[in-house]
Amino acid sequence: MRTIPRQSSLVFGLSLMPLAGLVAAFLLGGLGANPAEALIRQLGDWTLRFLLITLALRPAQHWLGWRLLRHRRMLGLFAFFYAVLHFAAYAVLDAGLDPGYILDDIAKRPYITVGLVGLALLFALAFTSASGLRRRLGVWWRRLHWAIYPAAALGVMHFFMLTRADYREPAVYAMLLSALLLLRIRPAPGSVQKKPPINGGKGHAEKRVEENRE
Amino acid sequence: MKSFHEPPSSEITDEKVYLQRRRYLRWGAAGALGLAVGGVATLGLRQGDEAPQASEAHPADPPPKRWQDLPHSRFSTDEALTDWESVTGYNNFYELGAGKEAPARNAHRLETDPWSVTVDGEAERPGKLHLEDLLQSMPLEERIYRLRCVEAWSMVIPWVGFPLAALLKRFRPTSRAKYVAFETLYDPSRLPAQNRPILDWPYREGLRMDEAMHPLTLLAVGLYGRPLPGQNGAPLRLVVPWKYGFKSIKSIVRIRFTETQPPATWNQLQPEEYGFYANVNPAVEHPRWSQKRERRIGEVFKRDTLPFNGYAEQVADLYKDMDLAKQF
Ligand code: HEM
Repeated sequence: MRTIPRQSSLVFGLSLMPLAGLVAAFLLGGLGANPAEALIRQLGDWTLRFLLITLALRPAQHWLGWRLLRHRRMLGLFAFFYAVLHFAAYAVLDAGLDPGYILDDIAKRPYITVGLVGLALLFALAFTSASGLRRRLGVWWRRLHWAIYPAAALGVMHFFMLTRADYREPAVYAMLLSALLLLRIRPAPGSVQKKPPINGGKGHAEKRVEENRE
Repeated sequence: MKSFHEPPSSEITDEKVYLQRRRYLRWGAAGALGLAVGGVATLGLRQGDEAPQASEAHPADPPPKRWQDLPHSRFSTDEALTDWESVTGYNNFYELGAGKEAPARNAHRLETDPWSVTVDGEAERPGKLHLEDLLQSMPLEERIYRLRCVEAWSMVIPWVGFPLAALLKRFRPTSRAKYVAFETLYDPSRLPAQNRPILDWPYREGLRMDEAMHPLTLLAVGLYGRPLPGQNGAPLRLVVPWKYGFKSIKSIVRIRFTETQPPATWNQLQPEEYGFYANVNPAVEHPRWSQKRERRIGEVFKRDTLPFNGYAEQVADLYKDMDLAKQF
């Protein structure tokens, strides 16, 4: 009965692949004429993708019947991980680790301010993601962790704000996020919460209830 | 995360394990598919329209005969040149696609032969110029300039061209000519991104008369000793080295002398971000990018940005009665 750890390590490994690819490309000169910019931007892209993947797990579980929600914490933490790397790349490569430059940016560049609020939200979620805290916080945990939606929305807003012209790419993210939000607000009739766990109990129903809970 | 345990070898032939493996594979496939779809979707968006294409001009090709041993300008900088691949591979030319690599990929669409430029407005001798005549009659020289983009990156580019003033004088601008307006080609079949309303096409820019007549202001027809590649604004573009790059309009088909300040594309789109003057100025804040520093392409960390992109000595006088924080 080792399906969970196995799948988890698979998800874990897959989640690290974008980073591996980026680091390799950065070191081998595969990121074009402005590798610093490309690195910052692609880490930003992956932050947003992981946020959307995390949010898509519930509807995907409902439609596919696969038990996806148990990976939500890990994928959410990866979103945070990529956000931290995104910020770190900016702080090192753009700001040259100059606190004055960063503070100036936070104060004067609205897209940076918005991004930072998003990062702060993700930090709060990551900080309270441990099972123990989750149990202790009870209903407050659910309320707090709903903040992944505003965090993702801030990320999309950030993307819109830093785009000069041609808004197709942020628009795609905005549409995906809106769709996920609509699904959340109006769950499909007979949505997964009301059903017994799919694929049968097989002896760890307890565990699954815990994992399926928000 | 939970740790991964190898199943003991006694379990290897177990059906459960077999089923697990299948699930494992299915998961792997689903995950890889997800990443691939995401990646390809964005790549597709970003790379857009055309398959990769080698640039037409390359330093390995021999330069045009007439362009060998061009005189070097005293206005040239002796800073290290940005390499050819970056100069011709990292471009903002939204008409050939948004994103820095798209213009080079789509440049083959930009057919530039034949090409002519209409010069009209407040001038005694308006007219139409054919590119060949222009190339024959203007004294070409090489000028190495810094180029500073409003996006806080910069390059050092060896242009081939001639002073704009030398051309403008031929049309005898009248005393009513206070500004010069420029227009890029509008032809979606050659500049395919003009099919979409990314900007208010055609791209327009303008200079005050004294700026246009300044000896630093260049009309470029080449770089690195070759004719301009499409992505760099073939066959004829403006180069105003003390202003942000968006002022240096590409693929010009029309020049017009005007009495009032002409419309400029980015300025019209977002006047609080892109001024009409757009002089490189580290002291004037920009809502998107700090203009205090810039990344020289080829370097990882940023360096300080200089007022007027380092050309203050030559051009600061043009603006001595202006509040540059307001008229940015
Ligand atoms: C929830 C948190 C965040 C998300 C989801 C996010 C996402 C993104 C995305 C999608 C992009 C555009 C990538 C592209 O063009 O393909 C981007 C760019 C960028 N982000 Fe973030 N970001 C976040 C937080 C931050 C923070 C905290 C900072 C810095 C303080 C930051 C700084 C930047 C910079 C400098 C760029 C590049 C802008 C440019 O090249 O013009 N981001 N981000």
